[in-house]
Order: sequence, then C-alpha cells, then structure tokens
Amino acid sequence: MRPALILVALAALALTACEREARRFDTPSKNQTPAEQAPRMGTLQPAAPLQGQVRAPLRNDSPYEENAYAVNQGKRLYRWYNCSGCHSMGGGGIGPPLMDSEWRYGGDPASIFTSIMQGRPQGMPSFGGHIPEDQVWQIVAYVRSMSGQLRKDVAPSRADTLYPGNPENARGKEHMEQAQPPLPEPGARR
Amino acid sequence: MTPMMNLFLRFVAALVLAVLMLSLSDYALAANPLPEGAHNVLDTMGPQAGHILDLWRVFLYLCCAVFALILLALLYFLRRQPRGDAGTPPELGFVDAPEPAPRRHVTRAVIASTLGLVALIVASVFTDRALARLPLTGAVNIDVTGHQWWWTARYRNGGPDEEFNTANELVVPVGKPVIVNLKSDDVIHSMWLPNLAGKKDLIPGRSASLQFRADKPGVYRGQCVEFCGLQHAQMTLHVFAVPQEQFDAWVQGQRQPAAEPADPRAQRGKQLFQSVSCAMCHAVQGTLAGAQRGPDLTHVASRKTLAAGALPNTPEDLAAWIRNPQLYKPGSSMPATPLSQEDLDAIVAYLGGLK
Repeated sequence: MRPALILVALAALALTACEREARRFDTPSKNQTPAEQAPRMGTLQPAAPLQGQVRAPLRNDSPYEENAYAVNQGKRLYRWYNCSGCHSMGGGGIGPPLMDSEWRYGGDPASIFTSIMQGRPQGMPSFGGHIPEDQVWQIVAYVRSMSGQLRKDVAPSRADTLYPGNPENARGKEHMEQAQPPLPEPGARR
Repeated sequence: MTPMMNLFLRFVAALVLAVLMLSLSDYALAANPLPEGAHNVLDTMGPQAGHILDLWRVFLYLCCAVFALILLALLYFLRRQPRGDAGTPPELGFVDAPEPAPRRHVTRAVIASTLGLVALIVASVFTDRALARLPLTGAVNIDVTGHQWWWTARYRNGGPDEEFNTANELVVPVGKPVIVNLKSDDVIHSMWLPNLAGKKDLIPGRSASLQFRADKPGVYRGQCVEFCGLQHAQMTLHVFAVPQEQFDAWVQGQRQPAAEPADPRAQRGKQLFQSVSCAMCHAVQGTLAGAQRGPDLTHVASRKTLAAGALPNTPEDLAAWIRNPQLYKPGSSMPATPLSQEDLDAIVAYLGGLK
C-alpha cells in the first residue's frame, strides 16, 4: 500500500512541475470574453495612437503566474517593449521602481494590467490595443515577480546583461578606459 | 560457410553499396538541382564549398581504404584460424606463454596509421589555407544576426544612409565575394549554406565572419544547424545569386522607403499596421513603425517566403500567418493579433504592396 501512495504523491509532484514548465501556444488568448471598457488615462501611445477605450481585466488574477515559461516571456517583452526605458530593470529611473513594495496604482494583477492598458498621468503610455492582452498578462506576471509576489521557483533569474562578466559590458568598459586619460601616479612629478 | 563469414560478407556488401550510392548521388544531384533552393554539399556552387568537398573526398576515400584493408585482414585471419568442433579441447597454451614482443607487422601498421592521420591533418591545413585565400576585393558586406527563429541581414556597403535591413533572404551578385559578419541576438545558432560554404556558429556576445562566393546564379537554401529551440528546423535562410546588374537594381529598390499605398483599402491597412500590435515589433521604413524586434517589412512583398521559410509569400498564407502564427510556428515570438476579417484583409493588402 505504501509504495502505491508514494507513487501517487510523486505523480502529483510531477504534475505540479508540468504546470510550472508547460508551454502553451494556443491562439485564443485568455481574457477574450467581453469585459467592461475603461478610458485611456495616459496621453502617450506607442506608434500611431488609437481612439476609444481599452479593455478592463475580467478577474483579478494573472493566468500566467504559476508558469515559469510565461513569466520569462513577460521578461523578454518588458525589454522588447521598452518598459526598461523608464522603469530600468525594476529599479526605476524616469518611471517609478517596480521591485519595491510601494505602488501608486496598486500592485495586484488587475491594477498592473489596467496601468499598462490605460496608461497613467505623468508619462506612463497607454498600451491598450497596442499589445495583445495575453502578452500584457505575461508582463503583469513578470512585473509582480520583481517585487517578490510570485513563487520563487516560477520567477525568472537575473538577466545575463546585469552580470559584470558579460562581454558587452566589458566592451563598454574598454571604451570608457580609452576615453579617460589615466590618473597620475600618486607622488609622480608634474 | 560459418555464421561469422556470413556476417562478414554482408558487411562488405553494405560497404560497397554505400560507396556506390554516394558516388552515384553525386552525379544524380548535379544533373537535377532541387527546385526550391538547392541544399546539397555535393553540388558545389562556389570555391569555398569546393575546397570543403575536396577535403571531404580525401577523408572519405582514405577512411574507406583503411576500412577495406582492415576487413581484408580480418577475412584473412578468419580463414587461417584452426578449425575445430565441439569436441576439440580448448587451447590454453598461450596462458603460460610469455607476452609476445611487438611484431614487425604491428610496427608497420602503427607507422601506416600515423602517416594516414598526418596526411589528413596536412589536407585539413591546406583546406583552411585555401578557404582563407578567397580574394575579397570589392566584397559585399552583410551583417547577419540570428534570432529565435529567423535571420536579420543588414547590407553594409555604402554610407550610413545607404544601409538597409532585410530578413531571411540574402541576394548576392554572382562571382563577387561576400563577407558575412555573424552575430546572435539570443542563443547559439549556426549558419550553413551547403552549396556555398561551411558552417559557422553565431555565439551571443561574439562576432564571427564567413566568406563565400557564388559562381553560378541560382537559389541556395541555408539552414540553422545548431539546435536553438522549438522552431530550429524552420529557421531557413535563402540565398539568391543573381547577375551584378540585377543585384544593383535590387539594392537600389531596397534602399527606398516603403511604397505609399494607392488604393483606400491598403491605406487603411497602413493606418492599422501602425496603430495595432504590428508596429510594436516590425519596422516599415518611412512610416511610424520603426521597431526592430521582428523582421523589417519595408519590402516584404519582394521576398519569396514568410516566417523564415515556413510559408510561401502569398496573400492567403500571409493572412493565415497573421491570424494564427502559433499554428505554423508554435513558440514563435509573433503573437496572434485579434483582428476582424476586414482589418486583416486591409493589412494584407498593405503588406502585399510593399514591393
């Protein structure tokens, strides 16, 4: 009896791992059912602006927060769509930081979703209609992972570009070294 | 005939057949190039692939000769061995005998093997020398960047305002050297144009260079040959070798910004393209769409394939691809954009006009 129980427990464990690593490429994205509309609040939009309202989230949970692959896709899109241009790698800059526990417009999935879709005053562009909604949900999951709101085994690790050993960083350093004249040795004659 | 002899004869027959098929396929394929892009190491169309094929032949013939000699030696000793039956007592005399010193023919075999290996090394060195001596004056410079799972090509000849991007298809002039600078955007890829040159890896954070020359006009199929993820098999690169005048005309065309759409449906498509998710990743030069994450679509209608060779470039396939990219290339970074049939038709009409 006991080996059977252990087997069942192992199978259950394996199934949870499946959810964490599952890669689904189904096209009808989640949140496709009609949802109530919300006004755009940001004045900026990427490329050519769209008129009209944006979609509001159906539920207050990101469908991707248990899935490491989707969160990683969110991380890629965060860079591709230049979220990092203002929020940096989470530390903030032009925009507020995303890796702390302070949220101006709420840190739950629905609030982050509406912030991305509607935009926010003082510079956050309105991405509603410009980014497919399932991708917005992936970005939401990644943004929440930065402040430690996701399971640790789902959250992606630090980007390779942040490591000092990265060849591209090294190239930048060489360039800086060339640009700056060497400092005089202490005690050297002028 | 003993079972061992039987096995041995089958082995020899298979070997002879393999060599025969290889030499026959050489002629068969040379006579009949594949219709949609030749993809064959034995059918060389440039000096670089020719040098590599020569080296391959040296390896093949030498290794076949060594293999045949070993099999002949095996046959000889099989026939020479003393025959016995189930009643013959085992011969155990050698257990007590002292270890025999290296015999003369062992020494000879070692010398012959060493010479053979040295000959292969010398052949490799000469091949590398020949590959490095491709004359490069007046070369076409192209930066090729590998992505999951497609290729960017940036033509670097001319001033900064004369450079242009294209994707998944290279057009090169016949008889002119081409220098390809290789980079990777994400993971390790490898570029291989079997008819034109050897393989070269694209390693993130490093750059590599590959030189080739196409001596005959034609379409050559290339492929990523380093496993790079789900759609590695659908990461194709086509090379179109065309006469110089045709190449110059193509370059002039590619340097122009996108054509302004004439009919109202395509104009609507242009507006949609810039405002929905297309413009978040794709660029069409001369419009608001300027993102570089997906293939540059400024002259997309002049290409023969879509999605790195996954689909032919027809309006129907383009519409199907935009509607559901994950059906044709699961895992691709292109998302499905929810569009009405009318909007989709408008975007397809717009892209179809970007010659």
